Amino acid sequence: MSRLRDMLEAGEFVVTGEVAPPKGADLTHMHAAVDLLAPHCHALNVTDNQGASLHLASLAASKAILDRGIEPIFQQTCRDRNRLALQSDLLAAWSLGLENVLMVTGDDPRAGDHPNAKGVFDLDSTQLAQVAVGMNEGHDMMGHELKGSTGFYIGGAMFPEAEPWDVQLARTEQKIEAGIRFFQTQAIFDMAKLERAVEAVRPLGAKIIASVLVIKSPGVIRFVNEHLAGLMIPDAIADRIRGAEDPAEEAIRLAAEQVREIRQIADGVHVMPLGLDRAIGRILGEGA
Amino acid sequence: MIITRPRDWSRIKANLESIGARRVFLMGCGQCATVAHTGGEPELREMAERMAEVGVEVTGWTVGEVTCHLNGTRLESRKHQEAIDAADAVLVLACGAGVQTTADAIGKPVFPALESLFLGTVIRNGIFEERCQTCGDCVLDQTAGICPVTTCPKGLLNGPCGGMWDGMCEVLTDRECTHVRIRKRLAEQGRASKGTLAPKDFSTALKPGAVDIHDRKAER
Ligand code: SF4
Ligand code: SF4
Repeated sequence: MSRLRDMLEAGEFVVTGEVAPPKGADLTHMHAAVDLLAPHCHALNVTDNQGASLHLASLAASKAILDRGIEPIFQQTCRDRNRLALQSDLLAAWSLGLENVLMVTGDDPRAGDHPNAKGVFDLDSTQLAQVAVGMNEGHDMMGHELKGSTGFYIGGAMFPEAEPWDVQLARTEQKIEAGIRFFQTQAIFDMAKLERAVEAVRPLGAKIIASVLVIKSPGVIRFVNEHLAGLMIPDAIADRIRGAEDPAEEAIRLAAEQVREIRQIADGVHVMPLGLDRAIGRILGEGA
Repeated sequence: MIITRPRDWSRIKANLESIGARRVFLMGCGQCATVAHTGGEPELREMAERMAEVGVEVTGWTVGEVTCHLNGTRLESRKHQEAIDAADAVLVLACGAGVQTTADAIGKPVFPALESLFLGTVIRNGIFEERCQTCGDCVLDQTAGICPVTTCPKGLLNGPCGGMWDGMCEVLTDRECTHVRIRKRLAEQGRASKGTLAPKDFSTALKPGAVDIHDRKAER
């Protein structure tokens, strides 16, 4: 049973974390990160060739995490696979016991470490969600009956701070209509905008898990602002980290403040510790 | 029209050297490649000069009226039969379709002198943009006349993707996001957006395309 679904549907506040599968076949480092995050999180996102750079498949890494007794959120990007591969991976995921899936478009191949690759984008994330809903109902996207249906809890991405807001909202409504039940947001810096999103989405029956990015150094600010599409750290926050005597300490304090605010607003929080995994307990206000 | 750009000179030279060609005939195109300034008269003259510089003799040249027209290219080549016979190879300054009709029409080794890029909209003289990929399953009726298949770098039918920022595209950061433009234009025209667009039927775009207009007339 998906604990993520049970808790969100019961109105309980969830905490999710994120692990990146290794670039290689050795899972040692990933498991070390998982062991630091897992005691504090209800589920862990497992990214899929993030940043359009080659990593071990999210499918295999999700299964490895599940085998350690931790609930994964299997990610699927539309960039790397056509509709046949996406569907067979969904069937594989269900057969392996993975119940949570998060569907995203994926960065353009030009942004990653294989810039000469052909981006597939055979389906977009909304269409992929519709496909997963169909599989839950027992058929593939052509309407052919499946031997054994799935029961996925389907998530998507949303961006409360991206303007124009009416376009974002229309897009989010479209995703909910397609069958997306929970959203994980882009890193949140403006809580008023998060509130605006939650107020719009909750009445439509979907849940919002808001992301907190731990900005541990001025280098991270530069990286985010220059390289991460659709993300901009506001000056006030950037100045606070840059001006701090111990930027990492300040980042932990800032993230903890954001988590406290998010607890009042959203249905859950998604922590991206960016290497400060050790501090996750403090960020979540659990001492440690 | 078909947009082309000159092929790397080193590749053209290597092709000619590969068969030891000392004499070439040049074939241009009076349609797209002339408009794109890649295969009209001035470009053929320039190519002839470059050939002379590397000691390759140009036995003759012509700008085909519509080089991708098989019968037209056959006629054109007949007019220059002697010069073609004297050549070891034909260098074609036209799109890939023109290179292939030339290869069909002339029994000599044929090499491309251009790279074929895309089906271009002429914004103004010399400025071309890709707006359509001839996908065979057009969605412009639902997207306010803005093609997401082509003008969204990811080709998403539904969007914007998560990289859109301030209405601008994640990939081509100096351009407005296609999906923002579509939603805006639909709203300006007082049209409701059509909900989620279904996955595309790519069977219509499977290669190679072929149409026999006579069949179509028979259908009517
Ligand atoms: S959808 Fe786009 S690519 Fe396809 S035919 Fe229409 S304009 Fe061309
Ligand atoms: S920002 Fe818009 S146009 Fe650019 S890739 Fe994303 S959806 Fe496509």
